[in-house]
Amino acid sequence: MKYIRKGGLPQAHCAGCGNGIIAQCTLRAIDELALDMNSMIFVSGIGCSSWIPSPLFNADTLHATHGRAITFATGVKLASPKTHVMVFTGDGDGAGIGGNHLIHAARRNIGLTVILVNNFNYGMTGGQVAPTTPYGAKTSTTPFGNLEQPFDLCKLMEGAGATYIARWTTFQVKPLTTSIKKALQKNGFAFIEVISQCPVQYGRRIGMEDPAKMMQWFKENSVPIQKAKEMSSEELKNRIVVGEFVNVEAPELTEEYQKLFMRLSHGKN
Amino acid sequence: MSQPIEPGTYFMQGNEACAEGAIAAGCRYFAFYPITPAGEIAERMAERLPRLGGIYIQMEDEIAALGSVIGAAWTGVKAMTATSGPGFTLMQEHIGHAVMTETPCVIVNVQRAGPSTGIPPVPMQGDVYQARRGSHGEYEIIVLAPYSAQEMFNLAIEAFNLSEEYRTPVILLPDEIVGHMREEVIIPNFSSLKLVERKKPTVPPEECKPFLDENVAPMPSFGTGYHVHVTGSSHDERGFRNVRDPEAIDKVVRRLCAKLRKHVDKITKLETKYMDDADVALLSYGSSARAALYVAKEARAKGYKVGFIRLITLWPFADSAVRKAAQQVRKILVFEDNLGQIVNEVQRAVAASVEVELVSPEVIGTLHRPEYALNRVLQEMR
Repeated sequence: MKYIRKGGLPQAHCAGCGNGIIAQCTLRAIDELALDMNSMIFVSGIGCSSWIPSPLFNADTLHATHGRAITFATGVKLASPKTHVMVFTGDGDGAGIGGNHLIHAARRNIGLTVILVNNFNYGMTGGQVAPTTPYGAKTSTTPFGNLEQPFDLCKLMEGAGATYIARWTTFQVKPLTTSIKKALQKNGFAFIEVISQCPVQYGRRIGMEDPAKMMQWFKENSVPIQKAKEMSSEELKNRIVVGEFVNVEAPELTEEYQKLFMRLSHGKN
Repeated sequence: MSQPIEPGTYFMQGNEACAEGAIAAGCRYFAFYPITPAGEIAERMAERLPRLGGIYIQMEDEIAALGSVIGAAWTGVKAMTATSGPGFTLMQEHIGHAVMTETPCVIVNVQRAGPSTGIPPVPMQGDVYQARRGSHGEYEIIVLAPYSAQEMFNLAIEAFNLSEEYRTPVILLPDEIVGHMREEVIIPNFSSLKLVERKKPTVPPEECKPFLDENVAPMPSFGTGYHVHVTGSSHDERGFRNVRDPEAIDKVVRRLCAKLRKHVDKITKLETKYMDDADVALLSYGSSARAALYVAKEARAKGYKVGFIRLITLWPFADSAVRKAAQQVRKILVFEDNLGQIVNEVQRAVAASVEVELVSPEVIGTLHRPEYALNRVLQEMR
């Protein structure tokens, strides 16, 4: 019970939801790094993925408002820079209402680890179309098919300046766990997009009600970055490019503050 | 360690005094999004906080500013943001979150003329109801109305003290006149200040109940091993979500409101002058109170029995204190720079026993013109 809060079970996700896999990968990553749960602070927004740490994880958990988990997490990290601050968000929470906060946190390179679970819809509220829903997909609010183009969130994060960017699906359990470990050890803003199955609200409407079937679809349509580089955009249509897109070093914001404090305390302006 | 504030007598702007008061109270996290007429508070904090090891951050919008304040507060620090009308409107959801999660924090709204973009550097006292009811749901909140640069300093400290004592967001509600005016401000010795810190838990984590105590629950900080579950959803005393039973939210709403309502007489403050034999009372708050006080003095000089009541706390409304202060008067004239907000509360509080009437400035968005206001008051006198 080191990692699971007393009273945190049973968890509330639907049968077949990918969030359970992501919860496990996260806790295994923390365990393999031997991180102290007393130094972990989990912040989440509103949506199914926000229920991954809250109330399940046995640590300080802050359930914020819809789209704004990253803003709360920024305050936590700035005021308590030695803690590991991890944000759980979804495609609607993080890239819809929360889009602005996502890009600014990446820009300012604040040392947060952000797990964005992309299940291609707003699941908790009944399966409405979201900023990552594929063109043409039928959702509860696009009964004639989605007319909009979705985000490529990893490209968005690259444009925003994130120093660690990765994408995996719930099928790639081991690489996902490895990425989470890297992200937690990263000194900077780390972003991991996890493509996840939502059988009840999304899968059912696009003819993939069976979660195993959707995970099979993830497996068959995942393309590693190296291979994707040699493919045309036509070949990459409806495929999921997975892997580590970016892993660079840049000044982390809480360190910048520490440097400023040092400068000022030595009388230099 | 030397004092964080320099004692002395200063000629200082209200906004600057507000920043100094916050620093005196122990604020070491300030988040901001640029807006007129609150900028000077931020600029002072940006200059002062880093030398004290405090964080100044400019966020991407006001929603983010207050969100980060709440996050910082849970790590144990005193945190604040400042804004004006349009930003205050954006902050309402997070004000509700801070109420629901019992997070101590201070939000300064330097009121400007609205609605909407209005006129940024022009005052108005238009956000009085919004400060009380701007967020959705059933809740109570504390709102203070400074009327001078000195009070911007004093009430900033009071705001932090109340937020820590009652584990609630506190809104400091000046208007642009009070924010931008320059006056004498006396900053005392740091050691003379009475500062309040939030209650910390005295029992181990398994026994700790960090929420929903009418007498204020202890607040464990993140990173101290308490593994606290903080949520804006309906929850129990342990902080665990219960979104199934209406009885759970009934308890939440009743306890959160009782936490302030029970202590209303301790929380609310008002000031009175010339009330002993007053026939008519001028009741006001914020910058309008300066006009009301001037008129009361002038009327007294002319031999008229005019009294003065100044609300320092706007919310919770000081029903019994207002009733008591006005028990001998025949009529209350409420001076406010709007078309009637606090006047309705005064009317409600004194019920049928005293006549209450609104006196707005001739031009909303300006201070009551002295000659106009004095004439208006003398019309009432027999």
